[in-house]
Formats: sequence, structure tokens, C-alpha cells
Amino acid sequence: MQWSWEFTYEIMPRMLWATLNTLMAAGIGYAIAVVLGLVLALAQRTPYRGLTLVVREVVEFIRSTPLVLQIFFVYYVGPQYGLNLSPWVAGMIAIGLHYASYLSEVYRGGIESVAKGQWEACTALNMTPMKTYFRVIIPQALPPSVAGMGNYLVGIVKDTPMLSVIGVAELMHAANAIGGQNYRYLEPYTIVGVVFLMISLPSAGLIRAFEAWVRRKLGMR
Amino acid sequence: MEDMSQYPLELTGADVPMVRFMNVTKRYGALTVLDDLSLDVAEGEMVTIIGPSGSGKTTVLRMLMTLETINGGVIYVDGKPLTHMPKNGVLVPADAKYLRRARSSIGMCFQHFNLFPHMTALQNCMEGPVQVLGLSKREARERSEELLEMVGMIDKKDQHPSRLSGGQQQRVAIARALAMRPKVMLFDEVTSALDPEVIGEVTNVIRRLVSEHNLTMLMVTHQMGFARDISDRICFFYGGKIEEQGPPDDLFGNPRRDRTKQFLSAVKEAD
Repeated sequence: MQWSWEFTYEIMPRMLWATLNTLMAAGIGYAIAVVLGLVLALAQRTPYRGLTLVVREVVEFIRSTPLVLQIFFVYYVGPQYGLNLSPWVAGMIAIGLHYASYLSEVYRGGIESVAKGQWEACTALNMTPMKTYFRVIIPQALPPSVAGMGNYLVGIVKDTPMLSVIGVAELMHAANAIGGQNYRYLEPYTIVGVVFLMISLPSAGLIRAFEAWVRRKLGMR
Repeated sequence: MEDMSQYPLELTGADVPMVRFMNVTKRYGALTVLDDLSLDVAEGEMVTIIGPSGSGKTTVLRMLMTLETINGGVIYVDGKPLTHMPKNGVLVPADAKYLRRARSSIGMCFQHFNLFPHMTALQNCMEGPVQVLGLSKREARERSEELLEMVGMIDKKDQHPSRLSGGQQQRVAIARALAMRPKVMLFDEVTSALDPEVIGEVTNVIRRLVSEHNLTMLMVTHQMGFARDISDRICFFYGGKIEEQGPPDDLFGNPRRDRTKQFLSAVKEAD
């Protein structure tokens, strides 16, 4: 089979549109994961031992089972309990929750890296636990977390093709559809690969630059 | 269980101490760090705790700052219980809410400064007044700048801690603690992490505090000369107990106990 530039140009608009969907899916999923991950991390640090234990187990469970299973579960099992979700909503819940559990571990590491004396200074200034976290601990936990957060951002982009199994119209889904309609898989799959490469390759450098920027912004060396 | 009825719900009378440790015991597992400690500090008094490492002297300050829980006894601050709260006529261990109110009159400076690295010197000082006391930014700034002026750090107010020397950081930390207007200040080995040539700039600030303010102060230090100069009273700790205490000239000039003599001569040799 020969590579056809003509076919490539023909499917390009559809592939670009699908790329936007991929970026949107990754963006929304990541936004959910960033916020929910923090909730999961902080929930494991309350004085309530029961809550800590339950959240720990949930995080462990999500991290130990495949994402694709979780996507299927939310999308197909939900309706049997009256929870009808569109592919997008189900997909975002599944992938957001999945990456939230990974990010919670990143945050946990970041929070634990903050010196014990910082907590003591907050006690000495009589700060509430809430202010202690949001004014002092989390800002300092951020720089050491940026690298891990960046890696999972790349990870979530690369995992969006799994959403194609429930019909989210992202890149992989589009490539499959185009391939099936035209009996040509070489070009669409190659484009998918190139797009992911273009997203992933510069990310390591961007993450490092962002980390340096965060440190500078916080006045930390 | 300890019989809590022996402890008053509140200290009353003419000479209520600013701080009272009453039969306080602190254990880490099987190790008893402080054994049945009773110690009063009067309002405006400067008490310095000395002693060999492991004698429990830092623990005294940390318990008072509520950084450590206690295993027995009660600590009172300004006549009110700190570690406990009254409930149905007896003292029970204080909950988080009570602790926050009770410790608001205490400030502390640490060996390693513990400044917030993501804030400038000024922001460090303003943080407590704004976030905890609810002062306006303007009020907090005025108060903080005044204190930074006093500790000689006003020209560095916009620097982050990473750009400051140890002595400078410690002076900012003192200003930060004072910005909360505490009644009791705790200094936990505040010169121990400093290079010898900058110790003086920190001790001079504390000297000024002692002479110009009516703060109650508790200090742990290895600077014997400094302690002798500024303290009203020296407590020598040994093995979790007060071995000997008295006015600085008595304790340093004429120690009565053998352990005190041994310690002081060992320290003198090291100097």
C-alpha cells in the first residue's frame, strides 16, 4: 500500500477537528483531576481515621484497575442504576477520577516534602488548618509537584484514545471511522501518531520551564 | 487516670503567674522527657532554661506552644488552662477550638527560623495579623513595618528569606512573632543555627525587647553569657527535672548542686 497525500489532505479537516476534541477531553479530564486530586489528598490528612482509610482504599483501588474498565463501568453499569450519562460525561468522570487518584499521590508527596517547621510556624501564628494549607503548605508543595503533575498531563492526553471505546469522537475514534469507511488505515493512524508525538515531545521541556517559573513566582530558589 | 479535681479551673488571687506548669509530665513511649514539672513564670519575667541536651528544655517551650501534647498535669497561661478546658466543673483535655483561643497569647521563635519561603519579609510579618487577627492590610503593614524597623530589617522588607542571612531571617522571625502581640514570647535556641559573627545582631534584638517591653519570656539557649546578662532567673534542667534555679548571678556565680557545677564547667571549657 502506498502513502497517499491526496487522501491525507482529504481527511485532514476531520482529523484536526478530532484533535480539538482530544485536547478538550484531556483538558476537561485534567481539570477535574487537578481539583479532585487535591480533595483526595487532603481527605487523607484529616484527623478522622475512618475517612482517611476509606479514601486511601478508593485511591488504591482506582490505581490498581485499568482505566478502560472504569470507563466501561461508568458508561454501561450506570444506566442499570438509572444513571444515564452521555459518552462525554461518562468519559470525563472516569478519566478525571482515574487521574485524580494518581494526582492525589503527587500532591501527597509534595505536601510531605514541606518542612515540619512550616507547620509549627503556622501553629505558633495560630493559623487555622484551612489557612495553614492554603496560605503556607500548598504553595510550597506546588513546585515539587509540578514535574509529577506534568507527567500525568501527558499521560491523560495519551489515554484519551481509550474514550473511543464508548464513542467519544476524539482522534482515535475519528481515525477508526475514517479507516473503516475508506479501507485505508495507514494515513489516519499515522496522523494520530504524529499528533500525539507533537504534543508529547515538547512537554518535558515545557514542564521544566513551568516548574522554574512557579519557583520564581513564589520567590523560592 | 490522673485525678483532675486537684487542678483549679482557673487561677485566682493577687499574684497569678503569666505561665504555670503544674505537675506536668511528658513521655515519648517509655521515655519520660519531663517528670512532674512545676514552674511559674511571672508577668514580665525573663526566664532562661539551660541544661545538657536531652534534659527536656526545648520540650518545655514546645508544650507551651501546644506543639506537643502532655501526658500529665496542666499548663496555665494568664490564669486560664491552656492544655485543658473546663467541662462540667472539671478540666478535660482541650479540643482544637479551645486550643486556638488559648494559645493566642503565645508567640514563638525557632532555631531554624521557619519563615515562609514564598513570602517576603514584610509578607511574613503581615500574614498572621491579616489572616488570623483579621487586621486590614494597611494596619498590618504599619504594624509590621514598625517591627521590621525595630529589628533593623526595614530595608530588606521586600526580600524573600532565601536572600537573607541566618541572622537576618531570625530577626524577621522575631518581628513576625511580635506582630501577633503575644503576652508570652518563647525563644527556642534562636542563635544555635547562626554563624558566630551574626549571633550578636539577634541577641541585641532580644536585649532590646527585655529592656523596652514588658513581655514575659521563656528562652532556651546555649549562650551562657547572654543568658546571664538578660535573664531574671535561670533554670538548670537535668533529666527532665529542674535541678537548680535562681537569679543568674547566684546560679552562674555560686551553683549549689554538683550537676550544675559540672555542666557549667563543661560549658566554660567548650567556650
